[in-house]
Amino acid sequence: MLNQLTISELTAKLAKREVSSRAATQACLDQIARVDGQVHAFLNHDAADALAQADAADKAIAAGATHAQQPLLGVPIAVKDVIAVKGQPLTCGSKILGKFISPYDATVTEKLRAAGAIVFGRLNMDEFAMGSSTENSAFGVTRNPWDTARIPGGSSGGSAAAVAADECIATLGSDTGGSVRQPAANCGCVGLKPTYGRVSRYGLVAFASSLDQIGPLTKDVRDAATMLKVISGHDQRDSTSLPEAVPDFSASLGHSIKGMKLGLPKEYMIGGLDPEVKLAVEAAVAQLTKLGAEIVEISLPHTDYAVATYYIIATAEASANLARFDGIRYGARVDGADPIELYSKTRGAGFGAEVKRRIILGTYVLSSGYHDAYYLRAQKVRTLIRQDFLKAFEQVDAIVAPTTPTAAFKIGEKSEDPLQLYLGDIFTLSCNLAGICGISVPCGFTKSPKLPIGLQLLGRPMGEATLLRVAHAYEQGTGWHQEKSPLARG
Amino acid sequence: MAAPNLDVKYVAHLARLQLTPEEEKKFGEQLGHILEHIEKLNQLDVSSVEPTAHAVPLVNVTRRDEVTPSLPHEDAMRNAPAKRDGLFIVPKIVE
Repeated sequence: MLNQLTISELTAKLAKREVSSRAATQACLDQIARVDGQVHAFLNHDAADALAQADAADKAIAAGATHAQQPLLGVPIAVKDVIAVKGQPLTCGSKILGKFISPYDATVTEKLRAAGAIVFGRLNMDEFAMGSSTENSAFGVTRNPWDTARIPGGSSGGSAAAVAADECIATLGSDTGGSVRQPAANCGCVGLKPTYGRVSRYGLVAFASSLDQIGPLTKDVRDAATMLKVISGHDQRDSTSLPEAVPDFSASLGHSIKGMKLGLPKEYMIGGLDPEVKLAVEAAVAQLTKLGAEIVEISLPHTDYAVATYYIIATAEASANLARFDGIRYGARVDGADPIELYSKTRGAGFGAEVKRRIILGTYVLSSGYHDAYYLRAQKVRTLIRQDFLKAFEQVDAIVAPTTPTAAFKIGEKSEDPLQLYLGDIFTLSCNLAGICGISVPCGFTKSPKLPIGLQLLGRPMGEATLLRVAHAYEQGTGWHQEKSPLARG
Repeated sequence: MAAPNLDVKYVAHLARLQLTPEEEKKFGEQLGHILEHIEKLNQLDVSSVEPTAHAVPLVNVTRRDEVTPSLPHEDAMRNAPAKRDGLFIVPKIVE
């Protein structure tokens, strides 16, 4: 069952020549064949290409290549269908891209390849990453491996479900308002959103450019550290990429968290928080105290304004970014008598309901007469939200919170009420608005049905090493991350 | 309730987005609820607050103005829905 291994377990076996990358890759392909009909995490995958990459990795290992040089050598990694992989389809979960084939690799794809990974498979997502349930994909919903009647979270639902069902070793997702952390929480895996600017966005199809970051979804915290190290770094093709050195995140693991100060935002433990989620987070806080951390109550006074701020800024940026999908240079086209009619018809036929709603909202808040009242005001409130966090980080090393107010809900339960769905993002959105980093780690289960619950840790800008250190210390004291979903168990 | 100032049909035209009458009605209602929620931001006094466009302290990022390899023409054209002689074909723009 090589598909069940973590990156560190698999690379240890590969290094000792106990197993081959081909066998590990084949195990993932077999698991996909066995369970993906029920999960639908993958939109497509190229088995022959994956095995060819695996054979090349095996050859490199035989020739003496090491995991010290290439930390992911021989490890099968799948990516969300919003990240470009040269020669592979790219749909963003939308019909509007038609039969688009990526002409180039995203920077993260190049980095995965350089690290020796087997980059294979396109993972399902909410269309253009707009959603929290993966129900907005034009190609069908992804199901939660813990309970296939439920959503896997979103928008990186395919990325989380694939890890939870052991269909691959680790995946990449993207996080604009919680789209890595929330599905990780819903599916019981680890999901990391790096600091804005830590990971290059070149080759990531833009949703909201000032909020988007690519992040890993993994089976444990150590793997998240390994993946982050591989994908991070300055890239001159992304002008918002930060010219900061990339630390060895794995080196920060295993150190005590004794004496560290962790903040518990009082605004996060009220209203709408499911009692079982609250209990699990409280138990996690008690565990962190036992490990020697000092818990301090903090205040993030503008929390209540985050959803409104986010849905102005994100939709405004999306309406501009998605203007490029006009049927002229790539993607599907519906002909019209003149260019305007061609654009309108193409976009009307190509985009799904949620994307259309957000384009309308985003266009409205930017339109003449409303720009200052909505967009400019939201940018100012964004400053206040960012200041809340920076002030809190003067006092504490990291912030502890739930990732989501509830465990995974049922498919179809909230699809007719977008506002209710948006309000579920309350604990994750602020991290993107503030540009800080965050991670979700498993912290327990609801009783009946048994569904995963996520603990969220939020860190200073460029504070991933601290975040991973706390998350790892917590994880080592619990067994939550080792529990397997019914579909993974086989 | 539809938002008082949101004319979905007009905004959809600005966005070059064709909607069905059903979509116009449904989005009007749903966006009305969302705009009501957004009104919350008016409770805050932001008169002395600077806006944040993005959270990273970088300005005027440039690179050296040097010729480097870029995407070959035929690769850039490969996904075009209609093309001829290395050009995109579009409906007539100028009479």
